[in-house]
Amino acid sequence: MKSLADLRKLRDELQKDINMRGEKDQPKIIVGMGTCGIAAGARKILKTVMEEINKRDLEVTVTQTGCIGMCEKEPLLDVKLPGKDRITYGNLTPENVKKIIVEHVINGNIVEDFVIARLDE
Amino acid sequence: MKDLSLHILDIMQNSIEAEASLIKLVIEENISDNYLIIKIDDNGQGINKEDLQKVVDPFVTSRKTREVGLGLALLKRTASLCDGTLKLDSKKGKGTELKAEFKYDHIDRPPLGKIPETLTTIISTNPELDIIYRHIFEEQEFIFDTKEVRKELEAVKINHPQVLEWIERYLKENLENLAGGEINK
Repeated sequence: MKSLADLRKLRDELQKDINMRGEKDQPKIIVGMGTCGIAAGARKILKTVMEEINKRDLEVTVTQTGCIGMCEKEPLLDVKLPGKDRITYGNLTPENVKKIIVEHVINGNIVEDFVIARLDE
Repeated sequence: MKDLSLHILDIMQNSIEAEASLIKLVIEENISDNYLIIKIDDNGQGINKEDLQKVVDPFVTSRKTREVGLGLALLKRTASLCDGTLKLDSKKGKGTELKAEFKYDHIDRPPLGKIPETLTTIISTNPELDIIYRHIFEEQEFIFDTKEVRKELEAVKINHPQVLEWIERYLKENLENLAGGEINK
């Protein structure tokens, strides 16, 4: 069974990795975590985001927001690329999230099919 | 909410909204005496006396985007459906204590669900938050403290995706061990 001491090995690996990267303006992903979001599956959405970031070794800031009044479109997720508009996606499934990460976060193309709102920069 | 771990995620979000820097989560499973208790205590801004009576009312919320708050009302309903209770205690400026009790073997009691996933979800977007999680199963006990994890990690962030993955597996293994495979069955 794992113990906290095992964590040191992982820490040492990650430490090297972090030293090579500088802090810069990163893409941002914001997940809705109000009651409505959670009831609609936001936990799985956030988990998928973290898994994709891990798998694709991306540098992305992930934050959360509460209920924004569009409960019927939960789970929601926003993508904000540096210098670009903030795009809100709705009615998401883990599959949609993977698509949004590849096409929008990595390639910079908005996935129009799932967009429900946009906020000017 | 499909299971209790989602209720817990939801209630912990209230604590975060209340600017808590520490959340203590206790889950006690007592099969011999047939009860399940969930306690969530925080050091957030707290609720004043008059409002404390009202917060389980779905038409009361501190939020401004709309005028209903369902989280506590939903948990109260789930608890009373399985012969349980929901108690709230709070002091303005000190924090809030919540205790939900359920009859363990009640047919309407939702399963506990994925507690590790609930905790890593919270940690991923709240890396500075201290969480102390105690899980009691009959006589056995498991404690997880994010402060101790951060100490091991030194400069590495607790919400690094690989650290989160590690924490989730660590919690899963320890919970399975605690209950001899009974949890999450």
